[in-house]
Amino acid sequence: MSVIIDRRESAGSSTGKKSTVNRQRFLRRYKHIIRKAVQDSVDQRSITDTDRGDNIHIPNKDLSEPIFHHGQGGKNQRVHPGNKAFHKGDRFSRPPAGQGQGSGQGAASDRGSGVDDFVFQISREEFLEYVFEDLELPNMLRKNLKSTTEYTLRRGGFTSAGSPDQINVVRSLRSAYARRIALSAKKRKKLKALQSELDSLKNSDDPEDQEKAATLKLEIRAIQQAIKRMPFIDEFDLKYNNLIKIPLPSSKAVMFCIMDVSGSMGQEIKDIAKRFFLLLYLFLQRSYEAVEVVFIRHHSEARECDEEEFFYARETGGTLVSKAMDLTSQIIDERYPVSNWNIYIAQASDGDNWETDTDICRKIISERLLPRVQYFAYVEIADRPQNLWHTYQQIQDEFADYFAQQRIRNHADIYPVFRRLFARRSG
Amino acid sequence: MSDQKPLSTGSEWTFELLKRYDETIGCLAKQFRLDTYPTQIEIINSEQMIDAYASVGMPLMYNHWSFGKHFLGSLQNYRRGRMGLAYEIVINSNPCIAYLMEENTMAMQALVIAHACYGHNSFFKGNYLFQQWTDADAIIDYLLFARNYITRCEEKYGIDKIEELLDACHALMNQGVNRYKRPQPVSAAEEEALAKEREEYIQRNLNDLWRTIPAKEEPKSKDKQRFPEVPEENLLYFIEKNAPLLENWQREIIRIVRKIAQYFYPQRQTQVMNEGWATFWHYTLTHELYQQGFINEGYMLEILHSHTSVVFQPDFDDSRYTGINPYTLGFNIYRDIRRICENPTPEDRQWFPDLAGSDWLDTLHFAMHNFKDESFILQYLSPKVMRDMHLFCIEDNEVNSFLEVASIHDEPDYRTLRQSLAAQYNLGNTEPNIQIYNVDIRGDRSLTLIHTMHEGRPLEPGSAQEIIKHLHYLWGFDICLKSVDEWGAERKVYALSE
Repeated sequence: MSVIIDRRESAGSSTGKKSTVNRQRFLRRYKHIIRKAVQDSVDQRSITDTDRGDNIHIPNKDLSEPIFHHGQGGKNQRVHPGNKAFHKGDRFSRPPAGQGQGSGQGAASDRGSGVDDFVFQISREEFLEYVFEDLELPNMLRKNLKSTTEYTLRRGGFTSAGSPDQINVVRSLRSAYARRIALSAKKRKKLKALQSELDSLKNSDDPEDQEKAATLKLEIRAIQQAIKRMPFIDEFDLKYNNLIKIPLPSSKAVMFCIMDVSGSMGQEIKDIAKRFFLLLYLFLQRSYEAVEVVFIRHHSEARECDEEEFFYARETGGTLVSKAMDLTSQIIDERYPVSNWNIYIAQASDGDNWETDTDICRKIISERLLPRVQYFAYVEIADRPQNLWHTYQQIQDEFADYFAQQRIRNHADIYPVFRRLFARRSG
Repeated sequence: MSDQKPLSTGSEWTFELLKRYDETIGCLAKQFRLDTYPTQIEIINSEQMIDAYASVGMPLMYNHWSFGKHFLGSLQNYRRGRMGLAYEIVINSNPCIAYLMEENTMAMQALVIAHACYGHNSFFKGNYLFQQWTDADAIIDYLLFARNYITRCEEKYGIDKIEELLDACHALMNQGVNRYKRPQPVSAAEEEALAKEREEYIQRNLNDLWRTIPAKEEPKSKDKQRFPEVPEENLLYFIEKNAPLLENWQREIIRIVRKIAQYFYPQRQTQVMNEGWATFWHYTLTHELYQQGFINEGYMLEILHSHTSVVFQPDFDDSRYTGINPYTLGFNIYRDIRRICENPTPEDRQWFPDLAGSDWLDTLHFAMHNFKDESFILQYLSPKVMRDMHLFCIEDNEVNSFLEVASIHDEPDYRTLRQSLAAQYNLGNTEPNIQIYNVDIRGDRSLTLIHTMHEGRPLEPGSAQEIIKHLHYLWGFDICLKSVDEWGAERKVYALSE
């Protein structure tokens, strides 16, 4: 006599996913390889799917579990099925190693030559975990935690109690209709029966039937009236829109992406800048409940724009970096009160600017921006330090905690530079 | 055809139906004298099945990264449709636990119940190797003890240390079994008490063994007594008892791995017999269900379709070929035994005078009870099966520049072909013979192992060198592994010293 147990429900409980711990053990053991694979993958991916999970390849030899077994050589006999034409004593040359298939080769080894990689998938979460491992946002503050939490109201289903202004007419009428159908069902049934009886008497000339029909008619009218008397709408039927309170995210961050689009910025440089901004955006997303992005492009004029335009618009001109800094400062004034927002600025440029303008920049940054932001990261995409770099160096000396700059030469530098800018600070 | 109404006709299964099928199949099984442990059928989903795969099919197991690796590998293959999942997993325990997948149709569940709950189950209970070597009553308890013990060690000494130790043990797992000594079955509670006792005992004994202060100028006499006196083939056992530097908890973990290796040892020796037996019985029992009208033609067709793919044997020159399918070979032999009993030909009378015309059930049960793959093939593989499967043997001798067909399925060769195939299932041949030969007790404590080559076959050097490292970790002193040929000549030495 067997016992039958349904184990499906227990998935996730201790008897269920036994592999969870083992899976973590595996990831833990190969952390260095996975981290490397993730980093390579960040470099190679197209911008749109940087944050997808990924297939990780690990060479099989790196995770083999050795057991004693025989190698090539010596005398081996092996029995195979499916002989077609061989006779005892037939000889043929030994196939070259590694080509196990066909030709009746003796040692179709069950271990194969196993050069394939071991491939497995990590989730988006795990992927980002590795990308941003050991990094941190400097000066992180969860602003606005103490102020009264704000709520927004959102529709969420229906209730049968509420204020009159929230009555939902359609729902209420539907409910009333259903009630009327339900409560009158018995009467309608009877009505139908009487009606058909009456129909059968209609053509009869028998006076007795006539009399009967008259009584039936009276009865029918009584029932019809009874049905009519049923209340059209009852208090019971009223349905109200339900409003639920949703707390607004209390720790918010905004990121300003400031990109130079002057004539000197080639497509390649923009692409690098783009990747850098994306990494920063993903990173912020992991730390804050809500992240907003402000895109600012500038040449000799600065303009706030949408993402599409930021990356793809072709308009170009000379360079005045200070315009962008000024605009940033204005936007902060208007829309992102320092008490509510964690503000991050990322600027990407080829470093080329007017000497006089650079000084203005320095002034705006150190006086109007840095006192209000969490972190200002500047990446210069150029082979050697340019105009901006030298000036910014002074800012960095003065505001080491809030400002950092790095140079990117090519694609391969993006991720390492990102890591340097956001490396966890000791102490 | 009887007028029995089918138990069901749709493809959906319900718990109600599972129960009725199980009872019906159980009744039939009894008529065929299948003696089984009570069964616990557990319905699981595909992810849980992959889970079960990953921990070598056991319902509970200690944690280790390699189980995670298997899980991720299977999951990836499964998601990409490269791998179908087994329809069932059975565990040799009392009660016998059988996992059924929820995705299976009712017809498939019937097949699986016959295969697992009555086929494998009766094999576990009946075969002499399992009777001697495994204790179905205690295994689950023991695994629980093992898992808790290892978890406690992880908490105490850190995951890395345990992982390193387990890696080393796993590498030597196949060399961690007793082939001749039969263990005493012990319950988990006793096991725990004994673990404590062992700690003290081993420590006392070890001190004794390593008592002498190493003297550098030991006179080298030829008749110096070796330690161990007789070479020891159970490497894990030897290390557990004699490694000088291990902590007691480390010895206990080695013992756990050793015990589990021992538990799986009969399964490794009876793959053809066990799978063949289960396949024979799902085939026979479902046919019986059909004959008696419990299932209809549609069910039978589905069952036969699955059966056909289970016993599918690609030819050696087929791209799908990966060796002899144990299900096919075993099934063919059992079915042939029945044929020989019921309809013997003159050839059968000549080859199997005792079997021809005997009661097929008696004969079949005898064959299941008293053999392992090697002896089973040697005893029962008939010329007909060799012909049907077109078996042939290829010899690959490194001294020749060619391969040679050593024997094929015809009259003068039947016996040699059968011997060759039987030898293929002899773990003694297929696994390298490695024994602990000597420990330099009074000197540098180095450990010498001898690999006695069989048919001139060398060790695979890469993995051998890796395992030496693991051995060194366990032993703590120099390791030397010598491959020695039939004439006693050293052919290769793997060594690791400080």
